[in-house]
Amino acid sequence: MSASLTLVLLMSLMYAVGIYVMMERSLTRFLIGFLLVGNATNILIFLMSGPNGNAPLWTGGPEDADMVDPLPQILILTAIVINFGITAFVLALIYRTWWLAQLGDEGDTLPDDHAHDTEEDAEEAFRQVDEDDEAIQRVLDASNEHEDDPEPDPVQTARDTEVGR
Amino acid sequence: MATILTIFLIVSVATPFLARFLKNHVFTVVALVPAGAFIWTLLQGEQIRTHGEITETIRWVPQLDLALAFRMDTLAWLLALVVTGVGTVVLLYCTQYFTKREPGLGRFAAFLFAFAGTMFGLVTADDILLMFMFWEITSVLSYLLIGHYTGKKESRGAALQALLVTTFGGLVMLIGVIMISVQVGSTSLSAIVAAGVTGPMAVTAILLIIVGAISKSAIVPFHFWLPAAMAAPTPVSAYLHAAAMVKAGIYLIARLAPGYADLPGWKLVLIGLGVWTMLVGAWRSLRQYDLKLVLAYGTVSQLGFLMVIVGFGTPDAALAGAALLLAHAIYKSTLFLVVGIIDHAAGTRDWRQLSGLGRKMPVLAVITALAIASMAGIPPLLGFVAKESIFGAFLQAAEAGDPYGWIALIGTAVGSILTVAYSARFFWGAFATRTAACVSTEWHKPPTAILIGPGVLAVVSVLLGIFSPALNAWLDPYPESFDGHLEGHLALWHGFEPALFISIAILGLGAALFWKKTQVARLQEALPPLVDSSRGYWSVTRAVDKISAKVTIFGQRGGLPQYLATILVVFVLVLGTLAAIGNVWPTTFRLYDYPQQVVIALVMALATLGAAWTRKRMAAVLLVGVTGFGMVALFAFHGAPDLALTQALVETITIVAFVLVLRRLPGNSQKLTKRVHRGRRAVIAIGTGVVMGAIALIALGSRITDPISAQLPEMAYYEGHGKNVVNVALVDIRAWDTMGEISVLVVVATGIASLLFVSGRADKKGRRGLRRPATALGRRSVLSDPDIQPATPGARQSWLVSGGKIASANRSILLEVLVRLMFHPAIVVSIFLLFVGHNSPGGGFAGGLLAGLALVFRYLAGGRYELREAVPIDAGKLLGAGLVLAVGSAIGSLFFGSEILSSAYLSADIPVLGYISIGTTTIFDIGVYLVVVGLVLDILRSLGGEVDRQQDEADIAEESTDEFSPRQQVPNTDLWATQRVPIVPDTPSATDTREDNR
Repeated sequence: MSASLTLVLLMSLMYAVGIYVMMERSLTRFLIGFLLVGNATNILIFLMSGPNGNAPLWTGGPEDADMVDPLPQILILTAIVINFGITAFVLALIYRTWWLAQLGDEGDTLPDDHAHDTEEDAEEAFRQVDEDDEAIQRVLDASNEHEDDPEPDPVQTARDTEVGR
Repeated sequence: MATILTIFLIVSVATPFLARFLKNHVFTVVALVPAGAFIWTLLQGEQIRTHGEITETIRWVPQLDLALAFRMDTLAWLLALVVTGVGTVVLLYCTQYFTKREPGLGRFAAFLFAFAGTMFGLVTADDILLMFMFWEITSVLSYLLIGHYTGKKESRGAALQALLVTTFGGLVMLIGVIMISVQVGSTSLSAIVAAGVTGPMAVTAILLIIVGAISKSAIVPFHFWLPAAMAAPTPVSAYLHAAAMVKAGIYLIARLAPGYADLPGWKLVLIGLGVWTMLVGAWRSLRQYDLKLVLAYGTVSQLGFLMVIVGFGTPDAALAGAALLLAHAIYKSTLFLVVGIIDHAAGTRDWRQLSGLGRKMPVLAVITALAIASMAGIPPLLGFVAKESIFGAFLQAAEAGDPYGWIALIGTAVGSILTVAYSARFFWGAFATRTAACVSTEWHKPPTAILIGPGVLAVVSVLLGIFSPALNAWLDPYPESFDGHLEGHLALWHGFEPALFISIAILGLGAALFWKKTQVARLQEALPPLVDSSRGYWSVTRAVDKISAKVTIFGQRGGLPQYLATILVVFVLVLGTLAAIGNVWPTTFRLYDYPQQVVIALVMALATLGAAWTRKRMAAVLLVGVTGFGMVALFAFHGAPDLALTQALVETITIVAFVLVLRRLPGNSQKLTKRVHRGRRAVIAIGTGVVMGAIALIALGSRITDPISAQLPEMAYYEGHGKNVVNVALVDIRAWDTMGEISVLVVVATGIASLLFVSGRADKKGRRGLRRPATALGRRSVLSDPDIQPATPGARQSWLVSGGKIASANRSILLEVLVRLMFHPAIVVSIFLLFVGHNSPGGGFAGGLLAGLALVFRYLAGGRYELREAVPIDAGKLLGAGLVLAVGSAIGSLFFGSEILSSAYLSADIPVLGYISIGTTTIFDIGVYLVVVGLVLDILRSLGGEVDRQQDEADIAEESTDEFSPRQQVPNTDLWATQRVPIVPDTPSATDTREDNR
């Protein structure tokens, strides 16, 4: 099966422009790019149905032989509606982000919070776990008998052995 | 067995609620269940002894050969008795151990109780995958129970360690479990043991399973989690970490031993690691100040001992192993319960601070003495009987020339010497009167009832020791499942045999070691630890943390554009390379399908470029809309009327939705969006476009056979009773897809609503407020806007229900008239589309969208009050009704004995609509229709009405701000928005606001 070059070129262009716009930092621009990419994808599926023909409505007559492939249409119909739903959802997200983050005049352009994160920042997330591990290790070590242990200080030892009461 | 498990499940769910009323007495109540299970299991003993097993199977997933298969043979019976028996005692003990005010009591009780049920399931499961599930559940419950004191660092650290170690082992084991069940061709444990497969695959599988078993049973190098787990409340230590969970690994080895003990590697690993664990645990136990840790390291040591004996693989060893398993469960849980009592009474577990406890609590001392004697192997207790048999079994093997017999004998004998020493140290530490130690700080006399649990266990230990010959008859079937002849038997007195002299020597040497404890401590200090697994664990987890931090920073810096770029670069490189080297390019092209296509494509291309070029958001949205309508034209010319109809409707509603949101954002985005990384973005974008084009060409070029969809039209007509192939496919042939899709729509609609509404989707209050006559609001009428015409007779008549609610400046008479005239016809047409969709273009999606569009215009003309009047139902109810109809029609066919989603029909000629075949698919389509209407309604209510309301609030805030008040951030609004927003009289919105803010 061969392709309509016109549609292939149009699809490529819509993908390229859509992606270009999607990679901007503004959420609305992202959504505009998303819509373009969505349309381009529908063209991609659409291409698979081959050349044009009769609508997929069964007549029982000889026209049915010239019917276009209905399967891509089924897929696209689903895609159109889902696309619509997701678009509306992203719109709600845009509004909510703007409202919650009090971006005000900055509109929907998100600040780049994580661009300068370092490994240390990421490791910070594990600090709690590390401290927990250290704590249990300290308790275990405290229970080991040492020959030169001083007379036990009741308060101190009571605190050390406070595990699991 | 399944019944017992079901009871466990139900009661454990109910436990937290019971705990609210019963407080700490909830333990007494729920303990009835394991007690009942214990009695039931005991009664099965006779049948198991005579018939060998009882089984029970419930089909689960027959396609995967999965079944809820249970089987109780002698080994499972013994374990089930231990698990339910000790479980009952521990739960009863908890009643005294915890006070009424213990935080998280209900949760704790539920977990501990559920654990008892899970262990019962684990030991009785015959399907190895079922057993694995119980195995993992015990890990999770152990995590939750160890971490009971969520506020304590030690508690959290210990819980996580235990979880990570045991689930690591569990995952390794899962691989082994799957390998062995594939090798054997069955998931039945009994079949796997009976098959006794050999070969490298089997060896690998069994070794992987051993990894799981030794991690669960805290064998070196995984032993470190068990002492740490002592951060748990003492009943947990007594049950999970002495009697039950750590025995799971021992149980699994004992279960597999009859079939696999002779496999290469089995004895080397189990006996080697077992002996080592026994020595390491006992050695470390000897130098602990904390009584609970003395026991914890002692348990590690005893688990190593058990591993050696159950893994040894001779009938005599198996009998001795079963006896030691029973003895250990009894004496070790007794001792833990004793530590709990001491801890509560004296406020410390550090023996340096305990003095004179023996005199204060003589009963407790006696109980402890009995348990200690059993642990040290002093007659006439069960521990002594078990040890005698063990040494007998090892000697027998050693004399027969098995080198492992000597290793096991010497290793465990040395370990037993240390065991005697730390047992004595425990008793001395807990109960001796020390002059040097301070007199116990505060002493609370524990309730006498708390002694019942440990007391019962201690007495059982004595009775089973004295009447040990009677045990033989019950336990013998297990050792008899091994190859070889069972020679030994359990008894207190075997005569003057070598094993007896070994036992005597061990007791003597152990006592000496205890006598010289100062020198021992000095020696221990001098010897560096050979393996320090807990440090090893620590450095491993640290390394994993560091690596994940590095990966996170590498892959997830720079926000959404960065992520997209990463994904796309990989996509372009991989697929682009494949396309370039694949050499599968098609040979023929068509320039266009029909001349108009070129024109449409040109318009779309220009609109696309324009959308990227313009910095005005609204212009960009409209230009994208142009591409959308271009798609409509393409569909229409191509022979896709359904698509053209749907796309046209969607495109219109999308533009409206955009406008609804964008009116609130600052209008001018020109200065605000910086054009960053333009070159880089362009390269990635062009690369993606080119690769997608190549993919399209290649994919089309490689289609050479007839597509499967060639049969779709005939299927649609003869089986689906519809002429419109697309619609029939959506509601019948591929209805599962549509079902998924409308579920997504429901989720999306709910998501939109929850992003905008903070307190519930429906605001019925507004509607009630609208019905209330304005004059009845009294003082509020003072606030009424003079611009607004009151809806009184003589004033201009409203074309819409809520026309009087809008400031006259914002009203458009033309729009109102149009909407008034068009709304109802539009709804009728939408229903028409819904019903004719089966045969002509239309269907649930198109119909729903048209009805949605009618609502959109109703909202645009009359604002949010008009919308409420138009659809008085909550959008959530519409969505729910739609989903119920769709799912109902899908499931409905099940009741007629056909597959899910298959359809039934009833045909008739109906005026106007023509020949219609009403079937379950029509109901399904009505469901689709309702879901789509619900989605549009939710969009309008959220992005429309709710945004209006928030705008009003912001306006009011702005007005009330004077130059002295702190500057509040009030976003700009563009021209369009100020015209659109209805200003509402006598503040139903203010009422809303106040109620919402509550």
